[in-house]
Amino acid sequence: MSLSEQERDLTRADTVPGYDVLDEREAAAGIGSLLIGLGLATLLTIVSFFIARTTLVWQPSIPVALAVLAIAQMGVHLVFFLHITTGPDNTNNVLALAFGVLIVFLVITGSLWIMAHLNANMMPMDHIMQMQR
Amino acid sequence: MSAFQAAAGRDDANRLRLGPAWRDRQPLAEHAARGPVSKRIIVGYGFWIFLLSDIVMFSAFFATYAVLVGQTAGGPSGRELFDLRNTGLQTACLLLSSFTCGVASIGAQTRRGSWFYGAMAVTFVLGAAFIGLEAREFAGLVARGAGPTRSAFLSAFFTLVGCHGLHVSAGLLWLLTMMAQVFAKGYRADILRRMLCFGLFWHTLDIIWVAVFTVVYLMGVAT
Repeated sequence: MSLSEQERDLTRADTVPGYDVLDEREAAAGIGSLLIGLGLATLLTIVSFFIARTTLVWQPSIPVALAVLAIAQMGVHLVFFLHITTGPDNTNNVLALAFGVLIVFLVITGSLWIMAHLNANMMPMDHIMQMQR
Repeated sequence: MSAFQAAAGRDDANRLRLGPAWRDRQPLAEHAARGPVSKRIIVGYGFWIFLLSDIVMFSAFFATYAVLVGQTAGGPSGRELFDLRNTGLQTACLLLSSFTCGVASIGAQTRRGSWFYGAMAVTFVLGAAFIGLEAREFAGLVARGAGPTRSAFLSAFFTLVGCHGLHVSAGLLWLLTMMAQVFAKGYRADILRRMLCFGLFWHTLDIIWVAVFTVVYLMGVAT
Protein backbone atom coordinates (compact mmCIF):
# COMPACT_ATOMS: atom_id res chain seq x y z
CA MET A 1 0.00 0.00 0.00
CA SER A 2 1.45 3.37 -0.97
CA LEU A 3 1.82 6.16 1.53
CA SER A 4 -0.87 8.32 -0.05
CA GLU A 5 -3.29 5.40 0.12
CA GLN A 6 -2.51 4.92 3.77
CA GLU A 7 -3.11 8.56 4.47
CA ARG A 8 -6.43 8.36 2.68
CA ASP A 9 -7.28 5.38 4.85
CA LEU A 10 -6.63 7.40 7.95
CA THR A 11 -8.77 10.32 6.98
CA ARG A 12 -11.59 8.63 5.12
CA ALA A 13 -14.30 6.97 7.14
CA ASP A 14 -14.13 3.67 5.27
CA THR A 15 -15.41 1.54 8.09
CA VAL A 16 -18.88 0.50 9.08
CA PRO A 17 -20.17 3.14 11.48
CA GLY A 18 -19.65 1.97 15.01
CA TYR A 19 -17.50 -0.98 14.14
CA ASP A 20 -13.89 0.02 14.48
CA VAL A 21 -14.56 2.16 17.51
CA LEU A 22 -16.84 0.48 19.99
CA ASP A 23 -18.40 2.25 22.94
CA GLU A 24 -18.74 0.66 26.37
CA ARG A 25 -22.14 -0.85 25.70
CA GLU A 26 -21.10 -2.43 22.38
CA ALA A 27 -17.91 -3.79 23.93
CA ALA A 28 -19.91 -5.34 26.77
CA ALA A 29 -22.30 -6.89 24.23
CA GLY A 30 -19.30 -8.28 22.30
CA ILE A 31 -17.80 -9.83 25.43
CA GLY A 32 -21.21 -11.24 26.33
CA SER A 33 -21.50 -12.91 22.93
CA LEU A 34 -18.01 -14.38 23.29
CA LEU A 35 -18.90 -15.70 26.74
CA ILE A 36 -22.06 -17.37 25.40
CA GLY A 37 -19.96 -18.96 22.65
CA LEU A 38 -17.33 -20.12 25.13
CA GLY A 39 -20.00 -21.61 27.41
CA LEU A 40 -21.78 -23.49 24.61
CA ALA A 41 -18.53 -24.74 23.08
CA THR A 42 -17.27 -25.93 26.49
CA LEU A 43 -20.54 -27.74 27.13
CA LEU A 44 -20.48 -29.47 23.72
CA THR A 45 -16.80 -30.42 24.15
CA ILE A 46 -17.41 -31.95 27.58
CA VAL A 47 -20.40 -33.92 26.27
CA SER A 48 -18.27 -35.15 23.33
CA PHE A 49 -15.47 -36.38 25.59
CA PHE A 50 -18.01 -37.99 27.92
CA ILE A 51 -19.91 -39.74 25.09
CA ALA A 52 -16.69 -41.15 23.61
CA ARG A 53 -15.90 -43.14 26.77
CA THR A 54 -19.34 -43.96 28.11
CA THR A 55 -20.95 -47.37 28.10
CA LEU A 56 -24.37 -45.94 28.94
CA VAL A 57 -25.57 -45.61 25.34
CA TRP A 58 -25.92 -48.07 22.48
CA GLN A 59 -22.36 -48.37 21.17
CA PRO A 60 -23.01 -48.00 17.38
CA SER A 61 -24.72 -44.67 18.04
CA ILE A 62 -21.56 -43.11 19.50
CA PRO A 63 -19.89 -42.03 16.21
CA VAL A 64 -23.16 -40.48 15.03
CA ALA A 65 -23.55 -38.61 18.33
CA LEU A 66 -19.94 -37.40 18.10
CA ALA A 67 -20.47 -36.15 14.55
CA VAL A 68 -23.64 -34.27 15.52
CA LEU A 69 -21.94 -32.69 18.54
CA ALA A 70 -18.94 -31.63 16.41
CA ILE A 71 -21.14 -30.02 13.76
CA ALA A 72 -23.10 -28.23 16.48
CA GLN A 73 -19.87 -26.92 17.99
CA MET A 74 -18.64 -25.72 14.59
CA GLY A 75 -21.93 -23.82 14.25
CA VAL A 76 -21.40 -22.24 17.68
CA HIS A 77 -17.89 -21.16 16.65
CA LEU A 78 -19.13 -19.72 13.35
CA VAL A 79 -21.86 -17.65 14.99
CA PHE A 80 -20.26 -16.48 18.24
CA PHE A 81 -16.56 -16.30 17.32
CA LEU A 82 -16.41 -15.70 13.55
CA HIS A 83 -19.73 -13.81 13.54
CA ILE A 84 -20.91 -15.48 10.32
CA THR A 85 -24.57 -14.69 10.79
CA THR A 86 -27.57 -14.19 8.54
CA GLY A 87 -27.34 -10.39 8.74
CA PRO A 88 -27.51 -8.36 5.52
CA ASP A 89 -23.75 -7.64 5.44
CA ASN A 90 -23.02 -11.35 5.75
CA THR A 91 -24.89 -12.79 2.75
CA ASN A 92 -21.75 -13.26 0.66
CA ASN A 93 -19.93 -14.90 3.57
CA VAL A 94 -22.79 -17.35 4.12
CA LEU A 95 -22.95 -18.20 0.41
CA ALA A 96 -19.19 -18.82 0.30
CA LEU A 97 -19.52 -21.00 3.40
CA ALA A 98 -22.31 -23.01 1.76
CA PHE A 99 -20.13 -23.60 -1.30
CA GLY A 100 -17.20 -24.60 0.91
CA VAL A 101 -19.37 -27.08 2.80
CA LEU A 102 -20.52 -28.56 -0.53
CA ILE A 103 -16.91 -29.10 -1.67
CA VAL A 104 -15.90 -30.57 1.69
CA PHE A 105 -18.87 -32.94 1.54
CA LEU A 106 -18.01 -34.04 -2.03
CA VAL A 107 -14.33 -34.58 -1.24
CA ILE A 108 -14.91 -36.61 1.93
CA THR A 109 -17.92 -38.74 0.96
CA GLY A 110 -16.62 -39.18 -2.59
CA SER A 111 -13.23 -40.41 -1.38
CA LEU A 112 -14.73 -42.77 1.18
CA TRP A 113 -17.28 -44.15 -1.30
CA ILE A 114 -14.78 -44.74 -4.10
CA MET A 115 -12.10 -46.21 -1.87
CA ALA A 116 -14.55 -48.56 -0.16
CA HIS A 117 -15.66 -49.91 -3.55
CA LEU A 118 -12.08 -50.26 -4.77
CA ASN A 119 -11.19 -52.08 -1.59
CA ALA A 120 -14.18 -54.44 -1.89
CA ASN A 121 -13.58 -55.20 -5.57
CA MET A 122 -9.82 -55.58 -5.48
CA MET A 123 -8.37 -59.09 -5.70
CA PRO A 124 -6.79 -60.13 -2.39
CA MET A 125 -3.11 -59.35 -2.29
CA ASP A 126 -1.90 -62.99 -2.18
CA HIS A 127 -3.81 -63.76 -5.39
CA ILE A 128 -2.06 -60.86 -7.16
CA MET A 129 1.28 -62.17 -5.90
CA GLN A 130 0.49 -65.66 -7.29
CA MET A 131 -0.43 -64.24 -10.70
CA GLN A 132 2.88 -62.40 -10.87
CA ARG A 133 4.85 -65.51 -10.16
CA MET B 1 -33.33 -7.02 -15.36
CA SER B 2 -35.47 -9.87 -14.18
CA ALA B 3 -37.98 -9.60 -11.41
CA PHE B 4 -35.79 -11.85 -9.29
CA GLN B 5 -32.76 -9.60 -9.65
CA ALA B 6 -34.84 -6.58 -8.84
CA ALA B 7 -36.24 -8.22 -5.74
CA ALA B 8 -32.84 -9.48 -4.64
CA GLY B 9 -31.10 -6.20 -5.32
CA ARG B 10 -33.37 -3.90 -3.38
CA ASP B 11 -32.72 -5.16 0.13
CA ASP B 12 -29.25 -6.58 -0.46
CA ALA B 13 -26.87 -4.17 1.21
CA ASN B 14 -24.07 -6.58 0.60
CA ARG B 15 -23.09 -6.42 -3.03
CA LEU B 16 -19.37 -5.90 -3.28
CA ARG B 17 -19.48 -3.65 -6.32
CA LEU B 18 -22.28 -2.30 -8.43
CA GLY B 19 -21.63 -2.56 -12.14
CA PRO B 20 -22.21 0.59 -14.18
CA ALA B 21 -25.22 -0.88 -15.94
CA TRP B 22 -26.80 -1.83 -12.65
CA ARG B 23 -26.05 1.51 -11.08
CA ASP B 24 -27.79 3.36 -13.89
CA ARG B 25 -30.99 1.47 -13.31
CA GLN B 26 -31.13 2.08 -9.58
CA PRO B 27 -32.95 5.16 -8.37
CA LEU B 28 -30.28 7.73 -7.70
CA ALA B 29 -31.36 8.58 -4.17
CA GLU B 30 -31.27 4.96 -3.07
CA HIS B 31 -27.79 4.47 -4.43
CA ALA B 32 -26.50 7.63 -2.82
CA ALA B 33 -27.93 6.61 0.52
CA ARG B 34 -26.23 3.24 0.42
CA GLY B 35 -22.77 4.17 -0.83
CA PRO B 36 -19.96 1.73 -1.52
CA VAL B 37 -19.47 -1.23 0.78
CA SER B 38 -16.77 -0.63 3.39
CA LYS B 39 -13.26 -1.90 2.80
CA ARG B 40 -13.47 -3.83 6.04
CA ILE B 41 -16.32 -6.01 4.74
CA ILE B 42 -14.51 -6.66 1.44
CA VAL B 43 -11.27 -7.60 3.22
CA GLY B 44 -13.15 -9.91 5.57
CA TYR B 45 -14.92 -11.55 2.63
CA GLY B 46 -11.69 -12.11 0.70
CA PHE B 47 -9.95 -13.59 3.71
CA TRP B 48 -12.97 -15.79 4.41
CA ILE B 49 -12.65 -17.19 0.86
CA PHE B 50 -9.00 -18.04 1.60
CA LEU B 51 -9.96 -19.72 4.87
CA LEU B 52 -12.60 -21.80 3.08
CA SER B 53 -9.97 -22.93 0.58
CA ASP B 54 -7.79 -23.91 3.53
CA ILE B 55 -10.72 -25.88 4.97
CA VAL B 56 -11.15 -27.65 1.60
CA MET B 57 -7.45 -28.60 1.73
CA PHE B 58 -7.96 -30.00 5.24
CA SER B 59 -10.97 -31.97 3.98
CA ALA B 60 -8.60 -33.82 1.62
CA PHE B 61 -6.38 -34.73 4.61
CA PHE B 62 -9.46 -35.82 6.55
CA ALA B 63 -10.60 -37.99 3.63
CA THR B 64 -7.12 -39.55 3.42
CA TYR B 65 -7.13 -40.24 7.14
CA ALA B 66 -10.62 -41.76 7.05
CA VAL B 67 -9.62 -44.08 4.18
CA LEU B 68 -6.37 -45.19 5.85
CA VAL B 69 -7.47 -45.33 9.49
CA GLY B 70 -7.82 -49.13 9.44
CA GLN B 71 -4.52 -49.81 7.64
CA THR B 72 -2.31 -50.29 10.68
CA ALA B 73 -0.02 -52.88 9.03
CA GLY B 74 0.03 -54.93 12.23
CA GLY B 75 1.09 -51.87 14.20
CA PRO B 76 -0.75 -50.06 17.00
CA SER B 77 -4.19 -48.55 16.37
CA GLY B 78 -5.56 -45.28 17.66
CA ARG B 79 -7.24 -46.95 20.61
CA GLU B 80 -3.85 -48.08 21.95
CA LEU B 81 -2.01 -44.83 21.17
CA PHE B 82 -4.30 -41.92 22.02
CA ASP B 83 -4.37 -40.33 25.45
CA LEU B 84 -7.66 -38.44 25.78
CA ARG B 85 -6.41 -36.48 28.81
CA ASN B 86 -3.77 -34.87 26.60
CA THR B 87 -6.33 -34.20 23.87
CA GLY B 88 -8.70 -32.66 26.40
CA LEU B 89 -5.97 -30.31 27.63
CA GLN B 90 -5.14 -29.31 24.06
CA THR B 91 -8.83 -28.66 23.35
CA ALA B 92 -9.15 -26.50 26.47
CA CYS B 93 -6.06 -24.48 25.48
CA LEU B 94 -7.29 -23.81 21.96
CA LEU B 95 -10.89 -23.04 22.98
CA LEU B 96 -9.78 -20.57 25.67
CA SER B 97 -7.31 -18.99 23.24
CA SER B 98 -10.17 -18.50 20.76
CA PHE B 99 -12.07 -16.65 23.49
CA THR B 100 -9.09 -14.45 24.44
CA CYS B 101 -8.46 -13.72 20.76
CA GLY B 102 -12.03 -12.37 20.56
CA VAL B 103 -11.36 -10.28 23.67
CA ALA B 104 -8.21 -8.90 22.01
CA SER B 105 -10.23 -7.87 18.94
CA ILE B 106 -12.69 -6.01 21.16
CA GLY B 107 -9.74 -4.46 23.01
CA ALA B 108 -8.38 -3.17 19.72
CA GLN B 109 -11.78 -1.79 18.70
CA THR B 110 -12.20 0.01 22.02
CA ARG B 111 -8.58 1.24 21.89
CA ARG B 112 -7.84 -0.31 25.26
CA GLY B 113 -4.17 -1.28 25.22
CA SER B 114 -4.29 -3.32 28.40
CA TRP B 115 -7.12 -5.49 27.01
CA PHE B 116 -5.49 -5.86 23.62
CA TYR B 117 -1.94 -6.66 24.73
CA GLY B 118 -3.07 -8.71 27.74
CA ALA B 119 -5.52 -10.85 25.75
CA MET B 120 -3.04 -11.29 22.88
CA ALA B 121 -0.35 -12.40 25.35
CA VAL B 122 -2.73 -14.93 26.94
CA THR B 123 -3.70 -16.15 23.45
CA PHE B 124 -0.02 -16.65 22.63
CA VAL B 125 0.66 -18.56 25.84
CA LEU B 126 -2.35 -20.85 25.30
CA GLY B 127 -1.44 -21.44 21.65
CA ALA B 128 2.16 -22.21 22.60
CA ALA B 129 0.92 -24.61 25.29
CA PHE B 130 -1.19 -26.35 22.63
CA ILE B 131 1.85 -26.73 20.36
CA GLY B 132 3.94 -27.93 23.31
CA LEU B 133 1.41 -30.63 24.22
CA GLU B 134 1.21 -31.73 20.59
CA ALA B 135 5.00 -31.87 20.24
CA ARG B 136 5.20 -33.94 23.44
CA GLU B 137 2.56 -36.35 22.11
CA PHE B 138 4.37 -36.70 18.75
CA ALA B 139 7.72 -37.27 20.46
CA GLY B 140 6.14 -39.91 22.70
CA LEU B 141 4.63 -41.73 19.71
CA VAL B 142 7.93 -41.73 17.81
CA ALA B 143 9.77 -42.98 20.90
CA ARG B 144 7.30 -45.90 21.15
CA GLY B 145 8.07 -46.88 17.56
CA ALA B 146 4.78 -45.44 16.30
CA GLY B 147 6.25 -42.76 14.06
CA PRO B 148 4.85 -41.70 10.69
CA THR B 149 6.75 -44.48 8.88
CA ARG B 150 5.17 -47.30 10.92
CA SER B 151 1.90 -47.67 9.00
CA ALA B 152 -0.41 -45.92 6.55
CA PHE B 153 -2.66 -45.04 9.48
CA LEU B 154 0.17 -43.28 11.31
CA SER B 155 1.35 -41.50 8.14
CA ALA B 156 -2.14 -40.07 7.67
CA PHE B 157 -2.38 -39.22 11.38
CA PHE B 158 0.89 -37.27 11.46
CA THR B 159 0.05 -35.48 8.20
CA LEU B 160 -3.40 -34.36 9.34
CA VAL B 161 -2.62 -33.41 12.94
CA GLY B 162 0.83 -32.05 12.04
CA CYS B 163 -0.65 -29.82 9.32
CA HIS B 164 -3.03 -28.33 11.87
CA GLY B 165 -0.10 -27.85 14.25
CA LEU B 166 1.85 -26.03 11.54
CA HIS B 167 -1.11 -23.72 11.00
CA VAL B 168 -1.22 -22.94 14.72
CA SER B 169 2.54 -22.26 14.72
CA ALA B 170 2.15 -19.87 11.78
CA GLY B 171 -0.74 -18.24 13.66
CA LEU B 172 1.52 -17.69 16.68
CA LEU B 173 4.07 -15.86 14.49
CA TRP B 174 1.26 -13.78 13.00
CA LEU B 175 0.01 -13.00 16.52
CA LEU B 176 3.39 -11.59 17.53
CA THR B 177 3.49 -9.59 14.29
CA MET B 178 0.09 -8.08 15.06
CA MET B 179 1.18 -7.06 18.56
CA ALA B 180 4.31 -5.44 17.12
CA GLN B 181 2.33 -3.65 14.40
CA VAL B 182 -0.23 -2.24 16.81
CA PHE B 183 2.63 -1.18 19.10
CA ALA B 184 4.56 0.51 16.28
CA LYS B 185 1.73 1.91 14.16
CA GLY B 186 -1.22 2.24 16.50
CA TYR B 187 -4.88 1.37 15.87
CA ARG B 188 -4.88 2.42 12.23
CA ALA B 189 -7.66 1.32 9.89
CA ASP B 190 -5.36 -0.98 7.89
CA ILE B 191 -3.87 -2.51 11.04
CA LEU B 192 -7.36 -3.16 12.40
CA ARG B 193 -8.27 -4.94 9.16
CA ARG B 194 -5.21 -7.19 9.58
CA MET B 195 -6.34 -7.83 13.13
CA LEU B 196 -9.75 -8.83 11.75
CA CYS B 197 -8.09 -11.33 9.41
CA PHE B 198 -5.94 -12.70 12.21
CA GLY B 199 -9.02 -13.22 14.36
CA LEU B 200 -10.80 -15.08 11.55
CA PHE B 201 -7.70 -17.26 11.02
CA TRP B 202 -7.36 -18.14 14.70
CA HIS B 203 -11.06 -18.99 15.14
CA THR B 204 -10.97 -21.12 11.98
CA LEU B 205 -8.05 -23.13 13.41
CA ASP B 206 -10.25 -23.89 16.40
CA ILE B 207 -13.06 -25.07 14.10
CA ILE B 208 -10.64 -27.43 12.35
CA TRP B 209 -9.43 -28.67 15.73
CA VAL B 210 -13.04 -29.58 16.64
CA ALA B 211 -13.06 -31.84 13.57
CA VAL B 212 -9.61 -33.24 14.46
CA PHE B 213 -10.38 -34.16 18.05
CA THR B 214 -13.74 -35.65 17.07
CA VAL B 215 -12.68 -37.66 14.00
CA VAL B 216 -9.17 -38.64 15.05
CA TYR B 217 -9.10 -38.90 18.83
CA LEU B 218 -12.67 -39.47 20.07
CA MET B 219 -13.78 -41.75 17.22
CA GLY B 220 -10.38 -43.46 17.35
CA VAL B 221 -10.89 -44.34 21.00
CA ALA B 222 -14.63 -45.01 20.82
CA THR B 223 -14.64 -47.46 17.94
